[in-house]
Amino acid sequence: MHTTPSGLTLPGPSRRTLLRGVGGAAVLGAGIPLLSACGGSGTAADPKTVTLGSKASDPVPKKAFADIYAAYKKKSGITVDVNTKDSNTFQEQINSYLQGTPDDVFTWFAGYRMQFFAAKGLATPIDDVWQKISGNFPAAMQKLSKGEDGKYYFVPLYTYPWAVFYRKSVFAEKGYEVPTTWDDFIALCKQMQKDDLVPIAFGDKDAWPALGTFDQINFRKNGYDFHVDLMAGKASWTDAKVRAAFDLWAEILPYHQEGAVGRTWQDAAQTLVSKKAGMYLLGSFVAQQFTNPDDLEDLDFFAFPEIDPAYGQDTVEAPTDGFMMSKNPKNKAEAVKLLEYLGTPEAEDIYLKSDPSSVHASSKADTSSYSALQKKAYDMISGAKSLTQFMDRDSRPDFTSTVMQPALQKFIRDPKGVDSLLSSIERQKKTIFASS
Amino acid sequence: MSTDITKEIPEAAAVPPPGAAPARQKKVPQGHRRLLTRRDRLTLGLMATLPTILHIALVWVTALASIALAFTTWDGIGFDSIQWVGLQNFKELFEQNPQFWPAVQHNVIWFVVLIVIPTPLGLFLAVQLDKKIKFSRFYQTAFFLPVVLSMAVIGFVWQLVYNPDTGLINSIIGANEPGKYIDWIGDPDLNLWAILVAASWRHAGYMMILYLAGLKGVDPSLREASAIDGASEWQTFKNVVFPTLRPTNTIVLVVTIIEALRCFDLVYVFNGGAEGTELLSILVTNNIVGESSRIGYGSAIAVVLLLISLVVIIPYLVSTFRKERRA
Repeated sequence: MHTTPSGLTLPGPSRRTLLRGVGGAAVLGAGIPLLSACGGSGTAADPKTVTLGSKASDPVPKKAFADIYAAYKKKSGITVDVNTKDSNTFQEQINSYLQGTPDDVFTWFAGYRMQFFAAKGLATPIDDVWQKISGNFPAAMQKLSKGEDGKYYFVPLYTYPWAVFYRKSVFAEKGYEVPTTWDDFIALCKQMQKDDLVPIAFGDKDAWPALGTFDQINFRKNGYDFHVDLMAGKASWTDAKVRAAFDLWAEILPYHQEGAVGRTWQDAAQTLVSKKAGMYLLGSFVAQQFTNPDDLEDLDFFAFPEIDPAYGQDTVEAPTDGFMMSKNPKNKAEAVKLLEYLGTPEAEDIYLKSDPSSVHASSKADTSSYSALQKKAYDMISGAKSLTQFMDRDSRPDFTSTVMQPALQKFIRDPKGVDSLLSSIERQKKTIFASS
Repeated sequence: MSTDITKEIPEAAAVPPPGAAPARQKKVPQGHRRLLTRRDRLTLGLMATLPTILHIALVWVTALASIALAFTTWDGIGFDSIQWVGLQNFKELFEQNPQFWPAVQHNVIWFVVLIVIPTPLGLFLAVQLDKKIKFSRFYQTAFFLPVVLSMAVIGFVWQLVYNPDTGLINSIIGANEPGKYIDWIGDPDLNLWAILVAASWRHAGYMMILYLAGLKGVDPSLREASAIDGASEWQTFKNVVFPTLRPTNTIVLVVTIIEALRCFDLVYVFNGGAEGTELLSILVTNNIVGESSRIGYGSAIAVVLLLISLVVIIPYLVSTFRKERRA
């Protein structure tokens, strides 16, 4: 027999894996003897295995991640034991997951959402990993991977930009030019309206796309630093600067597709595919809706136009996905090595083979196999002075989902009520940010 | 004797008051001590205590815990981060949350509409089907079919019908072009009514079946008697049939109240509770489910929902028990 004191005090992993298999009902009766019986089988102590919790549940990314782990096994002989959950469920349960017996390494997002769990002590700092991999990443990515305490907690894998997408053929046919300033942008919208196009496709039924529009206008108008302060709850939503951003938004709202609150982003993207709309501000995942290769070839984008010359187009919204280490990894030595591997361009290459709408987070990556769209996205992100993540990743998720999403839906329909809307946002923000 | 025992057990398990159950369970073996073997008593004990424990743990403890949590703020990470804040959650809810009062209002509208439109419609359909017209079975099935579908499926189906660009309605009336849009899903003046059409569509079928069952129980001699007295069809219905449907009406009322308070899945799938369709149940979910959740605040909303349910349910229970006692 083994030295395990009792079934109930077994170390995490075997108990968790068992519980998952046995199921709640059986645990009441048969679970406890089973636990003590199998306690010593030793998945916990296995030095050749690292466990990894993954939210990549869609078949294509799932396969792409599996390819990375297979390549790692070939290289190092270490098995990555992947526990994949539906991505929405993974996000909704992240709290209890990280407090229970999480896997050694887990997939997550950069930015505030990472820092939140780091500050709660639910992740392990990985400065040792970054000593090896910091040369692979540009400064902006390094900044994204640090917690509030200045330590590293995150290894980025891939990223994608938000920008204004359009069809080259439409612009060529009508003689439009890519606008770089706000005035050009407005003029272009007016021209498109004259040409019977919907200037800006828009669908906000899922309530998050509007957050992206606000982000762009706000950091172009007020700069990266103010945007970060606003997202972190430090700056006030009743500040005149915020009001100015909303005024600019109200100026272009009439050029947005009508009935946006009832439309999904997929339907809005279809109007761009069918050339009924001229432009669409969204993440590069909009390319997923271009199923015909010729249409995809025709898709292009430009950075959201400059509003204040002091800030130009220096900020790019580039949500970044990657990995973190949980608070008490069972196999820390190997988890560190795995993260070192995941921080190489090599691992990123394997992933990106299957996801043509994202780009490498590393600046040392081989971009020769990129499509024109990817190349442009890559240049835009690596040339950025600052990177933002998206409002629901840069701010508290409870604030964005319960306050900002309904508030911005309301603004889209009724831009005149902006003052009372902003003071309502500010009041609610204060209580939410005070509560942690 | 064994029949006696089996009668006792479900009662002990099903009667909710936690204090009463163990007492009753003690009484049972005592009264029949000599007739029950040790094993019987053990089985009985297990059968009574296990459900009681489960009931207390899953119903009472959780309900009381969420009431307690309503006076705290908690992000769900570690029990030591629970902070007592008194009535602050409620104050915030009543004074600051722009979605709260609309949500209460929508729950009430939901109830009123269900009572005023689909319920009489269901009664009407039931009366017609009760007349043994041709293809009665076919009509019954057709009207009842939506009740069999899950609310989420209904939400999905109607969301396709109402889709502003490709939906059935806008396509037929030509409202899917720029300048003519009718935004059934997003426009707060329209979306609640649009979704209530879907809810009524289902509810009418439900009510029809309940009334149909009630009508089958009406004594045919009553109708004969009123026919002999020369009453018209409407008079018969109004003065003879409808009064005998009283028990059915009570059930219908309770079912409709429950439907109005728990409505969630339909709206959640339809448009996620956007402006115009906020509901208390959706606010609870949005605040509690997800990362860094506001569990205290969400619980406060749930408590409000609980209070509303109690206001409705207690008078009903009181009157039912009073009747039982009289009988």
